[in-house]
Amino acid sequence: MEKVYERTKGIQEDKVSGFCPGCMHSTIAKLIGEVLEELDVLDRTVLVEGVGCCGLLMDYVSYDNTCAPHGRACAVATGIKRTNPDTICYTYQGDGDLAAIGLGETMSAANRGENFTVIFVNNGIYGMTGGQLAPTTLVGMKATTAVNGRDPKEHGYPMHMCEILNQLEAPAYLERCSCNTPKNVRATKRAIKKAFQNQIDGKGFSLVEIVTSCPTNWGMDALKSLDFLEEKMFKEFPLGVFRDR
Amino acid sequence: MGRVLMKGCEAIAEAAVRAGCRFYAGYPITPQNEIPEYLSRRLPEVGGVFVQGESEIASVNMVYGAGQTGTRSMTTSSSTGVSLYSEGIAFCASARIPIVYVNVARGGPGIGSIQPSQQDYLQATKASGNGGFQMIVLAPSTVQEAADMTYRAFDLADRDRNPVLILSDGVIGTIMEPVELPPAKTEEEVKANKESKRSWACVGHKLDVAHRSWIQPGTFLPARLEERNKAAAEMYASWEPEAEEYLLEDAEIVITAYGISARIAKSVVDDMRREGKKAGLIRPITVNPFPYASYEKINYGVCKGILDVEMAIPALMVQDVKMGVKGRAPIETCLCSGGNIMRKGTVRKAAEELLLR
Amino acid sequence: METNLLVGGFGGQGVMTLGKFLASATCDSTEKNVTFFPSYGAEQRGGTANCYVVISDHPVGAPIPDEADDLIVMNEASLHRFIDMLKPGGTLFVNSSIVESEPDRMDIHIVKAPVTDLALKMGNPRVLNIIMLGVYAGYTGVIPEEVVWETIARKFAKKPGVLAVNKEAFEKGLAIGRKAAEE
Repeated sequence: MEKVYERTKGIQEDKVSGFCPGCMHSTIAKLIGEVLEELDVLDRTVLVEGVGCCGLLMDYVSYDNTCAPHGRACAVATGIKRTNPDTICYTYQGDGDLAAIGLGETMSAANRGENFTVIFVNNGIYGMTGGQLAPTTLVGMKATTAVNGRDPKEHGYPMHMCEILNQLEAPAYLERCSCNTPKNVRATKRAIKKAFQNQIDGKGFSLVEIVTSCPTNWGMDALKSLDFLEEKMFKEFPLGVFRDR
Repeated sequence: MGRVLMKGCEAIAEAAVRAGCRFYAGYPITPQNEIPEYLSRRLPEVGGVFVQGESEIASVNMVYGAGQTGTRSMTTSSSTGVSLYSEGIAFCASARIPIVYVNVARGGPGIGSIQPSQQDYLQATKASGNGGFQMIVLAPSTVQEAADMTYRAFDLADRDRNPVLILSDGVIGTIMEPVELPPAKTEEEVKANKESKRSWACVGHKLDVAHRSWIQPGTFLPARLEERNKAAAEMYASWEPEAEEYLLEDAEIVITAYGISARIAKSVVDDMRREGKKAGLIRPITVNPFPYASYEKINYGVCKGILDVEMAIPALMVQDVKMGVKGRAPIETCLCSGGNIMRKGTVRKAAEELLLR
Repeated sequence: METNLLVGGFGGQGVMTLGKFLASATCDSTEKNVTFFPSYGAEQRGGTANCYVVISDHPVGAPIPDEADDLIVMNEASLHRFIDMLKPGGTLFVNSSIVESEPDRMDIHIVKAPVTDLALKMGNPRVLNIIMLGVYAGYTGVIPEEVVWETIARKFAKKPGVLAVNKEAFEKGLAIGRKAAEE
């Protein structure tokens, strides 16, 4: 029988996803693996994990990986990529990691035009620590540290990282996508591939923001969370290409 | 190569390059700015990389990243900035990434002052970050030593796969003294050093899960973490302390000090000896591990007292000195703080008073 | 044998350069130990600048001596600030162009040199520190004059245009220093 599909070599053979039902991390990890395999760079790739659920990727990927302190992935990646330009380096960070504690590192690496790839998973909430308010939490959305929901008077408004980074001159590529439908999954894969191809071509800082769900901490089942994603999250975080040079 | 007159900071920077350091990241802070300034010019000449980080936190993490590729890497800062290193250094210690960093210490706590001090002793030797890790901490008392220790620190870091700290201060950083620079590693040597770390370096490997590089500053498994911590503790226990033990046999007073205070103290010992007064000196060269055994060499039969000299109020190293002396002689302190620099006359006066007892 | 020098003045008067050149000359051409300590503050410009040079046959202990063997004051403020640090029998070198008051000490030697005026007369106000270095070298002989000059010449090797004026400045200072030493 002809084999028409097989698991990417970027994911360890025997691993079964331990992510929560409806979580999109496993889909994204698969897409990244496929892209790296298609670009034939798996044996020279380094993953720099952020802290939080993103860090769980270490148990699944088949290639070199390291863990940055919370928020510092872009600084760690700077050190790796600058000393080993042939290495394909990417950071994998959540919204708390990239946009709260690591905002300085993210902005500065982007502003220097560092030649690595950032995969930014934005689900509007802290996952592993248990549903606390994130910089991307929607107005009115409940969190364990904002039980009445995000109140702009107290917490301000959600931060839009692609839009903020788009104010900088240096970044090569900024796109926001999602994995809620097969069509969007394919679009996300295209975006990820472009972000890595840019690195191979030496174009500089490329970031793909993937708006995802967190059914567990949103307090919804997987299907409802998809509706929420489409109805609420995409309104606040419109999908699209912000920068492509 | 003959001796050249160099500023402490520049000697540290040049020694690092000669040791094969090819990555530096740092953030401006007085009084150590000459190190990044020097390296921003010098590193590109040898194919190295200089990055001015957006903060100390970013800088130490860049060095953590660069160290993971097997590249000899360094960062430097001064007291306030070194506090911000805690997180990154703890990650280096946990993930066993060899890096070198330098504290050109200034007055504290907090923003303190920009003038020299020795107020970071406990931070440097006991807890430079969370989790109870240890580092070899070298304390230079001359520009020559600052250069030699920086050079050597890279070997120690590689040997142990652990961070090494040079605990200096604003005097050593800013004075100029004649220095004979250590020989520069050749490009082949630098390459070979990096290649020797290839097996664990996080730069990409043939797809083989068992042999991929997996840099783990932590683990979800307590049992595994305990094993790692045990292994690290064994390594810490293997370190040999180093100290200068000077004229102890018949010393009626023993002055003890490290770094800048030690050279001042030693000249007081020499002055007193010229007048027939029996003074001696113990100078910890590694302030961690601390040379407790050196205090066994004191002749407690004749010793009237120990004088602990530090540019720190309250006294900090004295806690270790007490553990070395074990109550066998009285310990007095001679201190200044906040950026004031220890005077020879002050040490002399305190030593004479102790001798009169 | 250990001797030290404290130099004080305005920022911009070349105080640090003076000390550094002396330390450099000692390092390059003698076996002696030497330290140069620039006292530093937060200001980038203006304010007072001062530095210490210690030259010794032994390893130097304190880079900041308790008392100065020699003191150079380039401005009035430095005279008041540092005069008490000068040890009895020590020598005070005064930029008499701008330092007007007389120190009220009888236990020191005083060498006066109007280095600001001399530099202005030479058409290059910046060489006042080189004149003063000449005065110091000519008076104390702590480091051979030609050694000091060789160091200065090497420091200015990349700026041959200013070499002649510095040579002239150094010699003017030497003459003043030698003469004062004879008296």
